[in-house]
Amino acid sequence: MVNVLGDIYSVLWVDLRFLRRHWLRTLATSIVSPILYLVAFGFGLGRGISFGDYSYLDFVIPGIIALTAMNGSYGGAGLKLHVDRLFYRCFEEYLLSPISLFSLAVGKALIGVVRGLIASVALLVVSVVISPSLVVGPLFVLVLVISCFVFSFLGVLVGLVAKSHQDMGTFSTLVILPMTFLSGTFFSLSQLPDAVKAVLYVLPLTHSSETLRAAALEQPFPWLSFLALLVFGVVFFAGCMIALKRTSV
Amino acid sequence: MEEVIETEKLAKRYGDISAIEGLDLRVHAGEVFGFLGPNGAGKTTTIRVLTTLTKPTSGNAWVNGFDVVNEPDKVKKVIGVVQQHLSLDRDLTVRENMEFRARLHQLGASERKKRIDELLDYVGLTEHANRIVNELSGGMKKRVSIVSSLMHQPKVLFLDEPTVGLDAQTRRRLWELIRRLNLDGTTIFLTTHYIEEAEALCQRVGIIHMGRLIARGKPLELRQKLGLVTVELLVNNKETRYQYFADRAAATSYVQNLPPDVKTIIIRESNLEDVFVEETGRKVGDD
Repeated sequence: MVNVLGDIYSVLWVDLRFLRRHWLRTLATSIVSPILYLVAFGFGLGRGISFGDYSYLDFVIPGIIALTAMNGSYGGAGLKLHVDRLFYRCFEEYLLSPISLFSLAVGKALIGVVRGLIASVALLVVSVVISPSLVVGPLFVLVLVISCFVFSFLGVLVGLVAKSHQDMGTFSTLVILPMTFLSGTFFSLSQLPDAVKAVLYVLPLTHSSETLRAAALEQPFPWLSFLALLVFGVVFFAGCMIALKRTSV
Repeated sequence: MEEVIETEKLAKRYGDISAIEGLDLRVHAGEVFGFLGPNGAGKTTTIRVLTTLTKPTSGNAWVNGFDVVNEPDKVKKVIGVVQQHLSLDRDLTVRENMEFRARLHQLGASERKKRIDELLDYVGLTEHANRIVNELSGGMKKRVSIVSSLMHQPKVLFLDEPTVGLDAQTRRRLWELIRRLNLDGTTIFLTTHYIEEAEALCQRVGIIHMGRLIARGKPLELRQKLGLVTVELLVNNKETRYQYFADRAAATSYVQNLPPDVKTIIIRESNLEDVFVEETGRKVGDD
């Protein structure tokens, strides 16, 4: 067990060194988009809209935090791995070492978790100031961390299977971008037709937004979405392991 | 003699294409073994199989007595690999790259520091330890690549085309480093398509062509088998022919009796390129 943790940290270490050297740039690029969304949707478009007891700003902030967690984690884990594999071509050094594929998958995902959490916490600090009614309790933190893991494993999976830089771009355009706008981040899914809703519930960000929002606004907690989020995490992790086994053959 | 690398009817096929076929190799402990052949001959595939990165389609291979398919973790602990491309994280410093490899091989903190300092000194890179790899020259990057693969003191070092793309002076400096590593006890398996590199460094060579081992032995023995002296002839101003002789006297005697349509005559020592040409009908540099 100690060896496994040591190996995971060894994999994470190299990405932490990079992050330490470029932390300001990383932080700035991670929170520019969410702050723009906050200004455009929260203060611009949503001014005057309310949902009973809470304002549109209260509604949209947990969604934007979920979105930030997704982008930070997915990009943080996937893009660096992709560059290491196809551009620097140093990824095989991991496969030439005696560390296990489990340690490699988790270690590579952890840098995404770290980057997702840094960006989310930075945004959370801004959010709590502008919307003090948000509740940041243990359940909120738990969902945020799990969301970061889910999207990090997705990033690792895509980083491992993408055969070119274009593949990464294509996945971002066809999956990540639609997920950004359609997963209940900026609007409630309750008003949508059932058929559309069914499609949107296949996206992990939908469950991340709903669970974070319920925790932050102290609404009844959607345990089914929480479970769905865990299932997504397990599926993406299993995908990473399969992709790694294929890479090492 | 102890065998450090051994293969038995080793084959790797990608669909209908055979990358290596029926490969039987023996590499002795403590030697520099050169694997010589043109691009696409199967050199890199062989290294990938021996270093556990690629599984063979059939046959067996052992490194330091460990089966590369069934005992990959044991193999990984005794090998160092320097890939043809630079497999360094170019955003990190020299020291960070070395520490990264040491961590992957589970070295403790004090051992890591000691080993990094020793190896930096060994290759004269101590003053460059904190420079970002991207800022270094090609030769320095290659040296970093080599010492990074030595962090865990491997018994066998695989060097895949180590001097490709380097200038003559840098190449010779790397040859010195390879010789020094070998003298210090590391067995070296080196692939190259540079004839002079194989002749300068290797105690024994294997010549591979289209995935098959076509000759093996000591460079001098292979040349002796062919003839130590080569006569190159340009016939009718278009066709170059090669004749091989045991010694210069025999070659000179042959040249004196040549017909008048033979224009240019060169008498020189034979080399491994001649061995390759005679075995395959092609030059090593031909694709």
